[in-house]
Amino acid sequence: MSEWWTYSLRDLLLFSSRTYTRQFELHNQEWWPLPLFALALGAALFALAWRGGERAGRAQLLVLATCWLWVAWAWHVQRYAPINWAAGYFAWAWGVQAVLLGVVAWRGSFDAAPAAALRRGFGLFLLGAAWVIYPLLAPLLGRGWTPAELFGMAPDPTALATLGVLLTIKVRQAGWLLVIPAAWSLISGATLWAMDAPEFWIAPLASLLAVGLVAMGFVDQPSSAGK
Amino acid sequence: MKPNFTRRRLLGALAAAPLLGPAAGLAQPLRPTTRAIPSSGEAIPLVGLGTWITFNVGNDRAARDASADVLRAFFAAGGRLIDSSPMYGSAQEVIGYGLAKLGRPAAVFSADKVWISDGDQSRPQMDTSRRLWGVPRFDLMQVHNLLSWEEHLPTLFAMKAAGQLRYVGITTSHGRRHGDMERIMASQPLDFVQLTYNLVDREVEQRLLPLALERGIAVLVNRPFQQGALLERLAPRPLPAWAAEIDCASWAQFALKFVISHPAVTCAIPATTRVDHVRENLAAAGRRMPDAAMRARMASFVAGRG
Repeated sequence: MSEWWTYSLRDLLLFSSRTYTRQFELHNQEWWPLPLFALALGAALFALAWRGGERAGRAQLLVLATCWLWVAWAWHVQRYAPINWAAGYFAWAWGVQAVLLGVVAWRGSFDAAPAAALRRGFGLFLLGAAWVIYPLLAPLLGRGWTPAELFGMAPDPTALATLGVLLTIKVRQAGWLLVIPAAWSLISGATLWAMDAPEFWIAPLASLLAVGLVAMGFVDQPSSAGK
Repeated sequence: MKPNFTRRRLLGALAAAPLLGPAAGLAQPLRPTTRAIPSSGEAIPLVGLGTWITFNVGNDRAARDASADVLRAFFAAGGRLIDSSPMYGSAQEVIGYGLAKLGRPAAVFSADKVWISDGDQSRPQMDTSRRLWGVPRFDLMQVHNLLSWEEHLPTLFAMKAAGQLRYVGITTSHGRRHGDMERIMASQPLDFVQLTYNLVDREVEQRLLPLALERGIAVLVNRPFQQGALLERLAPRPLPAWAAEIDCASWAQFALKFVISHPAVTCAIPATTRVDHVRENLAAAGRRMPDAAMRARMASFVAGRG
């Protein structure tokens, strides 16, 4: 599209907020009772993060790799692409992230020392929020329970949970693993903003804080928690 | 080539725009007023149907059925022209679903676009679009937002000559690339142009609409309600009493009548997801239309000067 820079985000939005919300509702209905399994998986991920350590870290990355691959296919390709032609590109990015997570789970270099307290604390909060609080947004915002966005099923809580896990573990490749989840959070936030969705700020702010915590060098300050 | 149009000619056409339709007998539903496509003389209703956002509902069966209901109401009210694009997500497929559900209405005037950078890919893209609509050929094919128009227009003219489509056009929106559009209108044998025009966005009145009149090019108008923003701004204000003189029952009809009463405009294409709105829109194309003086009054009122 020529002169694309002169368009506002709202000009480029291809669908209505009603249609977008409806996709989550149909997604949950189509795969029911998988959303219940996804909730349980979120609990397991949180327990692993709380426990800490290298083995738990590798297990978390493997769980996340599976979730990213699943969301790439079930959400982006099957559900989102019909209303947004850019979703095909998103699916590829999510597939790449799944591969990266899988490779780091297998061959990544973990530090023996745990993550810094602030970094680890925010990581646990982010993971817990993605698992428990994010699904509550739909009913709290008057959309009902059926379009609830769940970790492992919907992209935003999956990306946020990934950021949370990457803050709790001490793997040297964490910075590379942050790029796609953070980028997705910005894209999703922009989409929600264009739809006047009140929760538009959550994912971008969380991703900026997560990236900031890593970039500001909290990596090397050990904590006593979670040993 | 310098366009040969004059302000006097435009003003003459505006003044000649009649107060169309009967004032009495309003109980009977009227068919929408039509206007001729200059290059062929074929008459089409002054109000059509856009599908940007509204028909992009994905695989949602309930929403597809609701879109089919909109199409049913559109045809029942006398509508014909439906406009879409490969850019509009699932809109083409949803149109095809609706047309199939309605038994492929013969009245449909199919208007679509080619939207791809590579000129060699225009035919495959149009074939895909045609398959999604489920039509044997498109009535109108337009170059979306002038994207690679130098490559696409020769293809479209060749297809028209071969009887593979009936009309050729170009589009723009949001007031962009008017200079380019003017040059193409002046140099190419276009049947249609599509542009943005409404009570607030009126730049096209200066050059593009007069040029369309002069060159005999039909005009499709997108964003007649500024994608709803114009109606939202007007909603708190009461409709002026004098709007009854042109049979306006709502701000939507007020805004539409302003657009379609311009003598250069062939068809406005508002988009909607609601059956009552599509009926309201088609009804705006019937009964009395504003003349030049009334149009000026309408614009002043909306601008806060009336």
